[in-house]
Amino acid sequence: MGALATSRDAPATGRAAAAGGFVAGMRQSLFVAAKDLRAEIRTKEAINASLAFAVVILLLFSFAFDPSEDQLRVLSGGLLWIVFAFAGTLVLNRSFARELPNDCLDALVAAPVPCSALFLGKALANFVLVLAVELVSLLVFGIFYNVRWYLQFWPLLLVLVLGTWGLTVIGTIFSALTVNIRLRELMLPLLVYPMLIPALMAAMQLSTQLVNGQPLSADVAVWLKMLVGFDVIYTALSLVLVDTVLVG
Amino acid sequence: MTAVAAEGVWKFYGDFPALRDIVLETEAGSCLALIGRNGAGKTTLLRILAGFNRPGRGRVSIFGKEPRDTATRARIGFIGHGISVYDELSAFENLCLFGRLYNLADPAKAALEWLARTGLERVKDGLVREFSRGMRQRLAVARAFLHGPSVLLLDEPFTALDDRAIAMLQTLLRDALATGCTIVMSTHQLREALELATHVALLNRGRVVFHGERTAEMAADPGYVYARYGEG
Repeated sequence: MGALATSRDAPATGRAAAAGGFVAGMRQSLFVAAKDLRAEIRTKEAINASLAFAVVILLLFSFAFDPSEDQLRVLSGGLLWIVFAFAGTLVLNRSFARELPNDCLDALVAAPVPCSALFLGKALANFVLVLAVELVSLLVFGIFYNVRWYLQFWPLLLVLVLGTWGLTVIGTIFSALTVNIRLRELMLPLLVYPMLIPALMAAMQLSTQLVNGQPLSADVAVWLKMLVGFDVIYTALSLVLVDTVLVG
Repeated sequence: MTAVAAEGVWKFYGDFPALRDIVLETEAGSCLALIGRNGAGKTTLLRILAGFNRPGRGRVSIFGKEPRDTATRARIGFIGHGISVYDELSAFENLCLFGRLYNLADPAKAALEWLARTGLERVKDGLVREFSRGMRQRLAVARAFLHGPSVLLLDEPFTALDDRAIAMLQTLLRDALATGCTIVMSTHQLREALELATHVALLNRGRVVFHGERTAEMAADPGYVYARYGEG
């Protein structure tokens, strides 16, 4: 009887341990994310460069092409996501490079924290920073292009969140991969942009419709599914591979 | 009980073997001084023992387990060439961060205790980027000791420390040894290291050419190991 009870309890104990491990891992991810955000708020290295880049590109495009309302209806999603992708890379480049001075990456890898939790913490911090740059860029975009993008605010926010998560997951894992390469500022975009093509295509299609004030229709729902699928697949892959990337 | 073990460890950088068939065992509670000239493979071996790199061949273990095992990592304290603390954070914030990552019950209390023990309590809120090199090294020591590790892997721990800080670190290491902690340290400062060491391993071009107990001759003349066992 006792043995039976023990064998029944074992899976429950295993599940409880797994749940405890998951919660502990998430807490550690939040500590890493908070550390990265605090460091970035103090130095403003990445956010200033990224924000300045995004705003300058939006302004230059506006002055150089002065797009009409019809042209903008077609271009808006593409323009926004090209700006987000390029500006985002400036944030992502700093993600693991921030650990290089003083060999801080050693201390993180030495801590009893799963590499997946480290990765998730880094990705969360990058996500917050890139999303902040995107929201400011949207304000600038609305003012200079006279676009009322906020008419479909919540669906647009959903697309921004999904697209940005895809961008930060890919960017963070490749930031880890290229951290010890001398030309990492060059290598990261070369590796990241081709991988991002499906997510960028989906985000552009969805954003074009939403920025022009149209609700999401059934014919673009497939792009939304594709964006969700992209995020799920690449998040899972990154969580599995990050230990090999960081430790070899 | 064997605390730290390396069994037939090889490490290649390209075709170059940085470590060649390293076999080492360190008993719990002992202190191994890893000595050798520049490029002998000390840092590579310590990084493999700490789980930062995997060996090309062979295996290493800490208390019989893989160094990358999460529970094993909680038992290791490491000081490397870099101080491994963040310039943009204060000394207190740095130690609190690592206290949280090591799941300490009260990270703030542990941080304050180790800031006091390393003589940094007055500058606890100062950003690390404003610290002198010696202060940064003391903070690295505090970080390594913070979680009460049972194995300390130290790569040149006396670097950049003045005589008072060296004495402080030696006291901390003696206290750690007295509580059963195992220490493996690489150093070029033989006198300081051999005062503490119970065992000595001499590395030359990636091979262990001597491994044994530290003798009275070694303590009296730090150059003895090089002179006696040479570099072949």
